[in-house]
Amino acid sequence: MKTHQFEVVVVGAGGAGLMAGLYASKSASTAVISKLYPARSHTGAAQGGIGAALGNHEKDSPEWHTYDTVKGSDYLGDQDAIEFMCKEAPSIVYELEHMGLPFNRTEEGKIAQRPFGGHTNNDTGKPVMRACYAADRTGHMILQTLYQQSIKNNVQFYDEFQVLDIIKTEEGVAGVVALEIATGEMHVFHAKSIIFATGGWGRVWEITSNAFAYTGDGVAITLRRGIPAQDMEFFQFHPTGIYKMGILITEGVRGEGGILLNGKGERFMEKEGNAPSVKELASRDVVSRAMYLEMKEGNGVDGERYLYLDVTPETVNKYAALDGRTNPDGSPFMVTGEEILSKLPDIIDFCETYLGVNPVTDPMPVQPTAHYGMGGIPTDKFGQVVVDKERNTLPGLFAVGENACVSVHGANRLGTNSLLDLVVFGKFSGIKAAEHANAAEFIPLPENPTAFAEAQLETLRNSEGNERLSDIATEMKEVMFEHVGVFRVEEGMQEAVEKIKELKARFKNIKIDDKGKKFNMDLLNAWELSNLLDIAEVTAVSALERKESRGAHARDDFQEREDAEWMKHTLAWLDDDGVKLDYKDVIFTRFEPKKRVY
Amino acid sequence: MKKITLKLFRYNPETDKKPHYDTFKLEAEPTDRVLDLMEKVKGYEDGTLSFRRSCAHGVCGSCAMRINGQNMLACKTLVQDLKTNKITVEPILGLPVLKDMIVDMEPFFDSYKRVMPFFVNDEPAPSQERYQSVEDRERFDDTTKCILCGACTTSCPSFWSNDEYVGPAAIVNAHRFIFDSRDKGAAERLQILNDQFGVYRCRTIFNCTVACPREIQITQAIGEVKKAIATGNLE
Repeated sequence: MKTHQFEVVVVGAGGAGLMAGLYASKSASTAVISKLYPARSHTGAAQGGIGAALGNHEKDSPEWHTYDTVKGSDYLGDQDAIEFMCKEAPSIVYELEHMGLPFNRTEEGKIAQRPFGGHTNNDTGKPVMRACYAADRTGHMILQTLYQQSIKNNVQFYDEFQVLDIIKTEEGVAGVVALEIATGEMHVFHAKSIIFATGGWGRVWEITSNAFAYTGDGVAITLRRGIPAQDMEFFQFHPTGIYKMGILITEGVRGEGGILLNGKGERFMEKEGNAPSVKELASRDVVSRAMYLEMKEGNGVDGERYLYLDVTPETVNKYAALDGRTNPDGSPFMVTGEEILSKLPDIIDFCETYLGVNPVTDPMPVQPTAHYGMGGIPTDKFGQVVVDKERNTLPGLFAVGENACVSVHGANRLGTNSLLDLVVFGKFSGIKAAEHANAAEFIPLPENPTAFAEAQLETLRNSEGNERLSDIATEMKEVMFEHVGVFRVEEGMQEAVEKIKELKARFKNIKIDDKGKKFNMDLLNAWELSNLLDIAEVTAVSALERKESRGAHARDDFQEREDAEWMKHTLAWLDDDGVKLDYKDVIFTRFEPKKRVY
Repeated sequence: MKKITLKLFRYNPETDKKPHYDTFKLEAEPTDRVLDLMEKVKGYEDGTLSFRRSCAHGVCGSCAMRINGQNMLACKTLVQDLKTNKITVEPILGLPVLKDMIVDMEPFFDSYKRVMPFFVNDEPAPSQERYQSVEDRERFDDTTKCILCGACTTSCPSFWSNDEYVGPAAIVNAHRFIFDSRDKGAAERLQILNDQFGVYRCRTIFNCTVACPREIQITQAIGEVKKAIATGNLE
């Protein structure tokens, strides 16, 4: 065992972790620990843009961005945090540009922006160009830029270290325990502030846009240490994943004029009850539900479980003319194949590679794909973890990015707001964590700080059962996609809860082939699966108990939003007896709940 | 479904004196990724099989491997692309093998860090964005696509023969800043690359360009850096 001491440790090196590390390291000794090389993090898969009301093409304001985000959250987001994020957005995007981020440019040379779902001109209700983009690889550019700046600023990294546990004593948090993947050796990182930035958990579901690494490590680790997970029933299904594979096709495709068509060639988003006003550019929950219902009614392509996303210039121009869509200068909106190619090069590459389809000439087969966790470790707007309904903090513990729930996304996240969330809250949690560390003393390490983590791994390593990890994972993914997916009903969710309990029991009887120390990916994959199973259970139980429909949580048996009873955040604790729930108030400032229409 | 014979390089430092190959026979769809086949082997045949992977769609750069003798991403190579039922997967060359397909990436990242792969401009920033024309932005677009997978550098015979050579990936990342009109660090980077282990180790063999899963025109980028060193001119 090796012991290190830093004032701040950051767990995870995606957009949030890197931003936190950059800021914390300005005034405190800081280590950034990641199970991947930083440049492999899933922020790099984000495509379409980062939201900020720069107004580079047309009138826009942070107030509109705030309202759109509150509305998009289906009034479950905390309005103080949303307002803070949207007001910080322009300055943080300029900051990224000053770090060298290669945004696309307007003719004037400013940062280019495109429309995205749910982002509107609040006067007219029409889509507004708010997503600042770098082709369809904005996340890649953010990740690379922040990693480059971390190298420039000599941030200290521990690459390919799997964090397994928080060291929590009666006095508070004292650090983390990590496994050096290359050697199998345990490391203790003694720290005053800990920032969790471990990303999401889309690997709970069968069809997902998420990386293999997205196994909810931060949420699972904190759950095991008695910290609740908030709003876990709200998981976003992105409308357009590549059929069967789930690979993300950015909403930017629809921003550039792409149209969703059913098997009959109908543009179903304009139907009454879907989104007659903004159509394809409605919020993701709205579009995914409309797609699900189309397919349920037998309107999938060739009767299969997919629909078409069509961005061929003929289709785009036809519907743009029908909609009367214009450019900011008033001229009719028209695109050419070359423009599509230059604005969406990676999408075209994915479709050609995996489908043999060229989106400039043919439509793309798509289905909703598990994409983003709105819930997570509860925090305030400085990333400080809050551990109960009274919003008491656990000093020194922070969470940021997808594994955190501030909550700025509430029941449904708007596209472009996750990249914004990463950098805004990454920055402020980094600052706050360093401030805390500069003022606090190290809490002494307990007698045997690695005991809990080592016991977990040894139990897995020595398990002599006959259950395959891959079977348990497959069954979990199927039942969660079927019953805790886009649409939910009581019986289905009950079945999912029972199934997850059964799988957790079977997991105790797994077989690990690899008994070694070095790069034991078999063992680590088993540990990751234990995280996914815990998260699946918390998600299914939280969903089962919420007897209303709100944002991404859509129930056939409770179809309306019930503000009087359910405008509150779920808090879920997990122990050996199962999940315990409680609820905490949503923070309101000035936006009264209204019915959500797009 | 196709019947595939998958031959995998194996080396476990804790049990093997030297590397060997294991062969697995399995059924696959023509559209399966090589990564899917490896997941199948790992999940159902031999859990000790070790390799890096994350995004599974060609953007994170974890799974660069030598597939039928060519460097590719296992997640971006479909069975049907290989036009054969016999698939051999080995670790990328020129870096120490640690276990199965996992190689030591530290030397690769060390080379990358040598070329100042970060934006340099110490002039006070404006309150909004620095302006850049569409053309100036386009000038370095190709090299912004790099995902640091290492497929190019580890396909380069010059790198195989001397691993002090910074390699194509590092030069690509230097190029991304050298030709960015907002950046002020070009002279220093060109000086670093005008070294016996810099750009002149490139013998324009083009393996890197063929290997790049992002289709970056790497040999051309290296050529542009060479020209900038020779002429002192960034046009």
